[in-house]
Amino acid sequence: MHEGSNRPTDNRPTENCPTEKRVCLSGTGVTKVFGAGSRKTVAVDHVDFSFNEGEMISIVGESGSGKTTLVKMLLGLTSVTDGDLYFMGKKRDIRTRRRKKAYWKGIQAIFQDPFSAYNIFKKIDSVLLDCVHMRGGRHLPHEEKIRMISEACGFVNLKYEELTNKYPFELSGGQMQRLMIARIFLLRPKILLADEPTSMIDACSRATILDMLMKLRAEEGMTIVFITHDLGLAYYVSDRLMIMEKGVIVEQGAADEVILNPQHPYTKQLLSDVPKLTEPW
Amino acid sequence: MGKTLLEVKGLTTKYITRFHENVYAVDNVSFAVEEGKSLGIAGESGCGKSTLALSLMGYYFPPLHYMSGDILIDGRNISGMAPDDVRLHILGAEIAYIPQAAMNALNPTQKIIRFIEDVILAHDPKMGKKDIYDLARKRFEILNLPADVLQKHAVELSGGMKQRTVIAISTILSPKVLIADEPSSALDVSSQRVVIKMLRDLMEMGYIKCMIFITHELPLLYNVTDDIAVMYAGQFVEKGTAKEMVFDPLHPYSKGLMESIIVPESGTRDIKLSAIPGTPPNLKNPPSGCRFAERCRYVTPMCAASSVRFLDVAGERNYRCILPEEKLREVYGRA
Repeated sequence: MHEGSNRPTDNRPTENCPTEKRVCLSGTGVTKVFGAGSRKTVAVDHVDFSFNEGEMISIVGESGSGKTTLVKMLLGLTSVTDGDLYFMGKKRDIRTRRRKKAYWKGIQAIFQDPFSAYNIFKKIDSVLLDCVHMRGGRHLPHEEKIRMISEACGFVNLKYEELTNKYPFELSGGQMQRLMIARIFLLRPKILLADEPTSMIDACSRATILDMLMKLRAEEGMTIVFITHDLGLAYYVSDRLMIMEKGVIVEQGAADEVILNPQHPYTKQLLSDVPKLTEPW
Repeated sequence: MGKTLLEVKGLTTKYITRFHENVYAVDNVSFAVEEGKSLGIAGESGCGKSTLALSLMGYYFPPLHYMSGDILIDGRNISGMAPDDVRLHILGAEIAYIPQAAMNALNPTQKIIRFIEDVILAHDPKMGKKDIYDLARKRFEILNLPADVLQKHAVELSGGMKQRTVIAISTILSPKVLIADEPSSALDVSSQRVVIKMLRDLMEMGYIKCMIFITHELPLLYNVTDDIAVMYAGQFVEKGTAKEMVFDPLHPYSKGLMESIIVPESGTRDIKLSAIPGTPPNLKNPPSGCRFAERCRYVTPMCAASSVRFLDVAGERNYRCILPEEKLREVYGRA
């Protein structure tokens, strides 16, 4: 099984991608302001971005730089103070519950803390069955649903037979986070927002989670937005990096350019704060 | 060679579960740390790192129980002491502990100075409040922490500042040994750096004499500690200097861990990141032979048969594998 973690070589991004990909999520002047008057906090300040199909983008910044607020706005969990969001070429419309649900079929997220991401009263089976139902599989025969779930569990190297009839808290952190990815595999959204998916699990399981994300991108052509404060991780997984400081994107570009030749002082500072192996820290 | 400050010999501690099963989370661990040195402990979640930290402090409250072994701090054996005695005489003064979630360690209704008063008065009830304040302010200034933090509540501080405050509080009595259990894993890289710098300052200024640093972030350990020990299933599997451990690991498990390192340097993107497959063994009934045999990619038929001793290689290097050093380097493809 040691070769299982082999990364497919063909999904390695090239510097200048010859085929222009379609933009699937973009925003102009996206702003989020908390509070008002003298207590006003601008969490995200007129951010422009566009994510192409099948791309892996990292948003990097320290705590309080507005990364998670941006993700929440993209998911439609908090309102956007100002600016426009476009999803699949059209202006995003999530004013009604039904439209919001339809939007969530196209965009899904994995959060930082797998321990609090599950409903502790529900068994794992029901978590996964919900996903099958959301994809319109409600009327499929039970055997077919189980087959789909087993396939998804197999995708993340979990065995459905070992999970069935268990509660989420009976799993380890790494297993829970992998189950989160199995959900994504079942839902097959266009865009996956991964908000620090590896910060609560140890370095060893981290490699597995990253592999799974790379696999989702390679096999499903999913767009993945990876939020992290660890430049090393961001550099390893993504094609493009966006560096965020105090709600503003201060630098963006191809991963190699940003890491090996940083321009903005903030990027340089972030880079110097990461412990390295070859140079003194 | 400096004076040995902390010496641990054959320490074994266990958890007793509510079904009365024994879980040996720390199994026959021995090591020594000299004055002015630091030891890093790395390993997966659930390998016993944090239990080792609690055991070293003598923090034996159920379900954790002491089984056998000695813990000597500057020649004084603390392993047989009752938990309450340990709390009164050892904690804070001889050995200090920094928990992982420092944010949760501070009572939100108290000002920071109260915690410092608590710590000092527990060991020296006669000291006046004015003296305590002066001592605290002086220490905070030396450590580049603003003195007005002392009059603040925990909620007014940022995560990194809280962690630094907790470090300052727990080292206020200048303990000999500091045990830092993942002190920076809840922080972002910038705050992490400030916290680590503070730990280094404490060492350099002599407020702490030696340090045990627990984390799973290997690049961090490499930059912080002198030696690294890798723990697996309650046992040390390899111990050596930081450089040896990162660039020339001998045990297959350490090698697997080192392969999971990601740093933002050129060449990172060309490395194939590989995870160690499988899960650690259940410590309720650990395998009798090599505990890593099940997941080892270089496993031989002999591995599962006999228990493996902690072998000495030249110098300070130890590892726990039946294969000899040259053979291991040969299978890894390193000359």
